[in-house]
Amino acid sequence: MSVKLGVPSKGRLMEKTFDWFAERGVTLTRTGSDREYAGAVEGVEGVELVLLSAGEIPRELAAGRIHLGVTGSDLVRDKLGLWEEKLRELEPMGFGHADLVIAVPKAWVDVSTLDDLDAVAAAFRRHHGFRLRIATKYHRLIRDYLRDNGVADYQLVDSQGATEGTVKNETAEAIADITSTGETLRANHLKILGGGPVHRSQATLFKSRKAAWSAPDRKVLADLMTRLGIET
Amino acid sequence: MAEKAAIRAEAARLLSLFEGQGASVVETPILQPAETLLDLYGEDIRARAYVTSDPLMGEAMLRPDFTVPVVEMHMAEGAEPARYTYAGEVFRKQEEDPHRAPEYFQVGYEVFDRVDPAAADAEVFALFHETLSGMGLRAATGDMGLLMAAVSGLTTTERRRRALMRHLWRPRRFRTLLDRFAGRTPPPDGRAALAQGDPFAGLDAPFVGLRSRAEVEDRITALREDMATPPIPEGEVELLGDLLGLRETLDNVCEHLRDLAVDMPAIGAAVDRFAARNEALAARGVDVTTIDFEGSFGRTTMEYYDGFVFGFHADRRGLPAVATGGRYDALTRVLGRGREIPAVGGVIRPEVLLDLGENRV
Repeated sequence: MSVKLGVPSKGRLMEKTFDWFAERGVTLTRTGSDREYAGAVEGVEGVELVLLSAGEIPRELAAGRIHLGVTGSDLVRDKLGLWEEKLRELEPMGFGHADLVIAVPKAWVDVSTLDDLDAVAAAFRRHHGFRLRIATKYHRLIRDYLRDNGVADYQLVDSQGATEGTVKNETAEAIADITSTGETLRANHLKILGGGPVHRSQATLFKSRKAAWSAPDRKVLADLMTRLGIET
Repeated sequence: MAEKAAIRAEAARLLSLFEGQGASVVETPILQPAETLLDLYGEDIRARAYVTSDPLMGEAMLRPDFTVPVVEMHMAEGAEPARYTYAGEVFRKQEEDPHRAPEYFQVGYEVFDRVDPAAADAEVFALFHETLSGMGLRAATGDMGLLMAAVSGLTTTERRRRALMRHLWRPRRFRTLLDRFAGRTPPPDGRAALAQGDPFAGLDAPFVGLRSRAEVEDRITALREDMATPPIPEGEVELLGDLLGLRETLDNVCEHLRDLAVDMPAIGAAVDRFAARNEALAARGVDVTTIDFEGSFGRTTMEYYDGFVFGFHADRRGLPAVATGGRYDALTRVLGRGREIPAVGGVIRPEVLLDLGENRV
């Protein structure tokens, strides 16, 4: 048995994760060909590298199929109900920063807060006969946020990509998406609602509360935590 | 936890009891088209119902309640007056509380009758009261009609009354708006900038999306009018607070409501209906001195209740309500496509009833 560490399988998130571990004396490497998702861990005994899509890591952690995992804090909150019962946040890793924001057309000069959005949603529904559409892939986070803030008469429409374009294409009136610089929003004539982002996300090392943690596994975890300089 | 077979048997017992009261037994499909439910309840229902997709019917939901399909069925083909009963499973995600069942039985009784709403309210409540007697439950009631009448009587613009009415079922948001309209809290950010001048000055982006420039202009006009609107008089806000804070037995609250109606004439007709219901309850043998009334009862349910509301609860933590119900005239209007009929009903959860029985010594 070994402790399974789930890490994003490609792109900048994978590279930054590898760098983060390397800076702490743990070397993660992909093995085999470029297309083969296999990896190795050096610098600590008993840890097995599992390369996965970042979007699947929350689910795998919650199911206990991996012990540790690196993914965005936004993904964990959006994909898992009662996530704190299933996962524990071990360490924010300081990269992959992105804010989940709600954006509306810049030309909506009458809208700057959620309060405005709610009022506009009511008027929009009366005028157009259907609920104001917000395009997003972060359904749970956005729904909870809007409910907590008393916004009604909207509907979420699923958008897995090119979300900023949905308003111009008239398949949504507003959007909720991750942004780091806001440039794509501006290019699509959108502005961010005031009052702070829905969630400030960053890459985070999580521990599964649902995985089988044998005594040797716990020992491996303790060693790894010492190595990484994480106090538990 | 009761066995499913036992729950089914208990549901059958309640169903035949309701049938004995003259109700027709009806069935509804478990798979419901999602569109109607989404349109009624919005995103909240998507968070609570199991949504699935069917290649032919499109987005569908596992029946989250019976009321909507029963109302639809009645509005499409029902004769008047009508009494219906049904029994079956409903499905609700329980993300907040994993100990609550996501799939459970409901047995319901619904009355569609335009002749005497007070008598229909009393009929449903008395039937539930009788059915659940001896279980040691606490009955609580409320009246959304009183709250709606109170809001419609506030001295302010139609627009503000409509905004409050819209959030009657979201107490926190309602309070925020009420405080603002009463001048107790400042307007939200960005309002002052819209007060005068050309709001589009400096705009360097085109209009994108369906919401037009005219709609934005309309809202700015509305906001400017609103900024010039005097606050809702403090006295009226306090009276509304009194109404929302009422907690007394049905007989005592009737007196209190009569007093409130002197200063809040808008609730007069609703208080008359309240008194008529009390009489109808007494005539049905319900001891109104033992039934609680709470001014805010029914405000946090997802249902479409707009009049009398009630619930039966066990004094045990974590246990859901044994029975709930209320009047939903507006729902028949929304689903009736131009037609409407006063309607009231409720559901009992046989499983909770059995659990209570098992735990009694």
